Amino acid sequence: MTATIRPFGHDQKRVEDPRMITGQAKYTDDFTLPGMLHLAVVRSPFAHARITGIDTTAAEAMPGVRAVFTGAQMRDAGYGGIPCAWVVPDSGTVTPEHPPLAIDTVRYVGDAVAAVVADNDYLARDAAMAVEVDYEPLDVVTDAHAAHQDGAPQLHADAANNQCFKWTVAGGDIDAAFAEADVTVSERIINQRLVPMAMEPRSALAQVIGSMGEVTLWNTTQNPHIVRFLTSLDTPFPEHKIRVIAPDVGGGFGSKIPHYPEDTMVIYASQLTGAPVKWTETRSENFQATIHGRDHVQDVEMCAKSDGTITGIRATVWANLGAYLSTASTGVPTILHGLMLSGCYTIPNIHEDVYGMFTNTTPVDAYRGAGRPEAVFMVERLVDKVANALDMDPVDIRRQNFIPPFDDGHEVATGLIYDTGNYHGALDLALEKAGYEELRRAQEEARAEGRYMGIGVCTYVEICGLGPSEVAGAVGFGGGLWESAIVRFHPSGKVRLMVGVNPHGQGEQTTFAQVVADQMGVPVGDVDVFYGDTAQTPMGWGTYGSRTTAVAAGAIVGAMEKIKEKGRKIAAHLLEAAVEDIEFDDGKFYVKGSPEAAKTIQEIATAANVAWSMPEGVEPGLEASAFFNPSNFVYPFGAHIAVVEVDPETGEIDFQRYIAVDDCGPIINPMIVEGQVHGGIAQGVAQALWEGVEYDDAGNLLTSSLMDYAIPKAGSFPKFELGHTVTPTEVNPLGVKGIGETGTIGSTPAMYSAVMDALAPLGVEKVDMPLTPERVWRAIEAAKA
Amino acid sequence: MNVTLTINGSTHQGDVEPRMLLVDFIRDVAGLTGTNIGCDTGQCGSCTVHLDGKSVKSCMVLAAQADGSSVTTIEGLASNGTLHPMQEAFRQNHGLQCGFCTPGMIMTAVKLVERNPDMSDAEVRHGLEGNLCRCTGYENIVKSVIAAAKDMGPHSPFEADRAAHRETLREAEEIASRRSE
Repeated sequence: MTATIRPFGHDQKRVEDPRMITGQAKYTDDFTLPGMLHLAVVRSPFAHARITGIDTTAAEAMPGVRAVFTGAQMRDAGYGGIPCAWVVPDSGTVTPEHPPLAIDTVRYVGDAVAAVVADNDYLARDAAMAVEVDYEPLDVVTDAHAAHQDGAPQLHADAANNQCFKWTVAGGDIDAAFAEADVTVSERIINQRLVPMAMEPRSALAQVIGSMGEVTLWNTTQNPHIVRFLTSLDTPFPEHKIRVIAPDVGGGFGSKIPHYPEDTMVIYASQLTGAPVKWTETRSENFQATIHGRDHVQDVEMCAKSDGTITGIRATVWANLGAYLSTASTGVPTILHGLMLSGCYTIPNIHEDVYGMFTNTTPVDAYRGAGRPEAVFMVERLVDKVANALDMDPVDIRRQNFIPPFDDGHEVATGLIYDTGNYHGALDLALEKAGYEELRRAQEEARAEGRYMGIGVCTYVEICGLGPSEVAGAVGFGGGLWESAIVRFHPSGKVRLMVGVNPHGQGEQTTFAQVVADQMGVPVGDVDVFYGDTAQTPMGWGTYGSRTTAVAAGAIVGAMEKIKEKGRKIAAHLLEAAVEDIEFDDGKFYVKGSPEAAKTIQEIATAANVAWSMPEGVEPGLEASAFFNPSNFVYPFGAHIAVVEVDPETGEIDFQRYIAVDDCGPIINPMIVEGQVHGGIAQGVAQALWEGVEYDDAGNLLTSSLMDYAIPKAGSFPKFELGHTVTPTEVNPLGVKGIGETGTIGSTPAMYSAVMDALAPLGVEKVDMPLTPERVWRAIEAAKA
Repeated sequence: MNVTLTINGSTHQGDVEPRMLLVDFIRDVAGLTGTNIGCDTGQCGSCTVHLDGKSVKSCMVLAAQADGSSVTTIEGLASNGTLHPMQEAFRQNHGLQCGFCTPGMIMTAVKLVERNPDMSDAEVRHGLEGNLCRCTGYENIVKSVIAAAKDMGPHSPFEADRAAHRETLREAEEIASRRSE
């Protein structure tokens, strides 16, 4: 036996890195084509107004300006509204028209009104400022709950009371549960609006080849195949004449899932001018015109027996969708939120009504976690409140209500069937790593000294690995959720893997190479993983919902099985043996019992590619394609613990420790998995402590730059303490679950809970997120009064 | 107006508008796209380069202001095909995910370590506050910088740069102390 390291489970250094640490990575804005023009967008300064006139003459006369166009021109040229790709059934969903450029009404600050194409970006922006638009301002509503009230300003003629949908999930008998309860708790939770803030701004570059009727779109997207499909619906170009290239993509966090109006604007601009046209957003535009996340008003209640047994959860939620429907807007606060209200607990009775609401704000769509953070925060907050009401330790009430360990499915009251879980195991490990008993003793001592230390515990389960395509169809998603892969052996035995998913920081160029290397017995460095070009990759639905590895790995394994099967036939032929006697192990085919006379996979690849001597009926080449449609979602889970101390004089929070135990099944690359958790925790903690979008009453976006929206910095965090338990799933052949969103989902409730625990002796019962020093200080002062 | 810059040892000349930002000169005139633009208000640090030996956010400097200067970008950091220890440390410690903030982060970190090779975890975190990253939660970036500091010792091929930088800093401190007197 050689002492080789198995690629699976190894801290393989990333193959993405060399280009990224040397400046050789290529992001969309890095592409310059000969004769390329630049597009700038004229955006509405009003949150709600009627457009009474657009005068482009001054702009058109400016130096370097090649074209100025409006929504009416795009419509007349055959460009339609931006499609919404998710319409939740049985919810009365209305899908108002969303023209790429507003035609007669603007509905949020940043809504696009006209576009300018010029020789360079500076000239384009100068001319954009010279486009004169006459507005007749209308009344404005920005809050989802307020938008639902009688007399609220109306955004869309087809959405009475601004309601896009009403969706209900129910299981058990919620009224009986509350009637028979010993204790009930309730709260209005504001799960505030956030900005995803990928560091790379969005960008789109289109090159229309008029004579061929085709277009290439370089785009900052998490899912090039979806963008191609949706672009075929709102431009005159059919799907087979559209090529979408997603080069290196600088983070997404959900914000690069949607198909955006600017994608179609650059295509029209290129068609109009006959030149390639590029648009890259400024960070200010990113705040206004790239989707936001979260933004729920939640009226929630939980009931329990006096021994701590939780018996029901009931909620009414107003989910702010913004001014228009983005690609997946309606699925986030329903399927990805409401179905998760049982959390990791046995809660037999559940009822939730969700109102999807239009408001005069930036469209809201998926932001890391997407629906699940809003569900887990709600459940965990209520569990803490029940524990407080019954004077129980937050750990004890969780243990008491956990779904017991299961490995073959567990159905919860919302109808979901969780795949596998061991919630006790994750919590026990987190408590051990944290030294929980010791922390509670330290807290007692701190309190005796007049210091306000807090310990927050969150136990969560989340739904990801989206998902079975039958379910996608049943819940109204306008696409499938399977994945495909092509594994191709070159004549020299090197391997190319092509996939339809589109990693943008998650490192699958490395982990997928590890999976191939592990199963085919080839060096990791011999595997080239390719994605991000609809012309060169098989169909796939993209990277989001912690699905990339959990779903695409099934297709990769399937393709490799076909390669192995064909390799066996070729090896049998070369070794003059029967196919059924051929074994494959560690990159070698050999006759059972005589491993010394082996053919390596590389030799087989050469033989198959030259095809000088193939077995009867076997085609040349060594390449296979496979599709994988998972049988269920996957349900990663974990336990997070935060430790803080609050200064009651200033409201400042000293963030002392963070312990996270996550279970994503078997780990392919621990280094990458831990990196995903680090980043997730940072974003989730940021929601609890720092980040929040603010609009004023007129709908002006007050947090419209990095000067007034507080994303965390290096000094914001202590060193994170991580651990893992391993509970494989049966849903895919590698047993893996997703890890991209767990950190975000677990950390907001853990951090919030820690701060509330610290403030408990001061009589503070509630502070809305983000827990800025000012808000905490005001709450402390109010509690004194 | 005419602007001439030495970028990574090569001369680049352009007839540009007076308002052109240094970062746009680097990207659009010199064609070096490793330096990224992440914001428009000087907050994110993605566009950090070395201007005459000091780290600057190149979106906060006009190309005209930098006329005649020497600029090092991420493309010029490696020496004779050898990665700078900071680049190597980012790879070894998984200090990057999407890679967009990485060039700026590395350029800032190099100057940070040259200034103070013996930083604590807290000092590194404080020193990196002008550079934003949305992927990593900073943990592995901090780890990378501390690891690189160990490799940027006196025998490093980059010692000459460090000595020059220390000299610049010494001069700056002298000027500052004269001013405060």
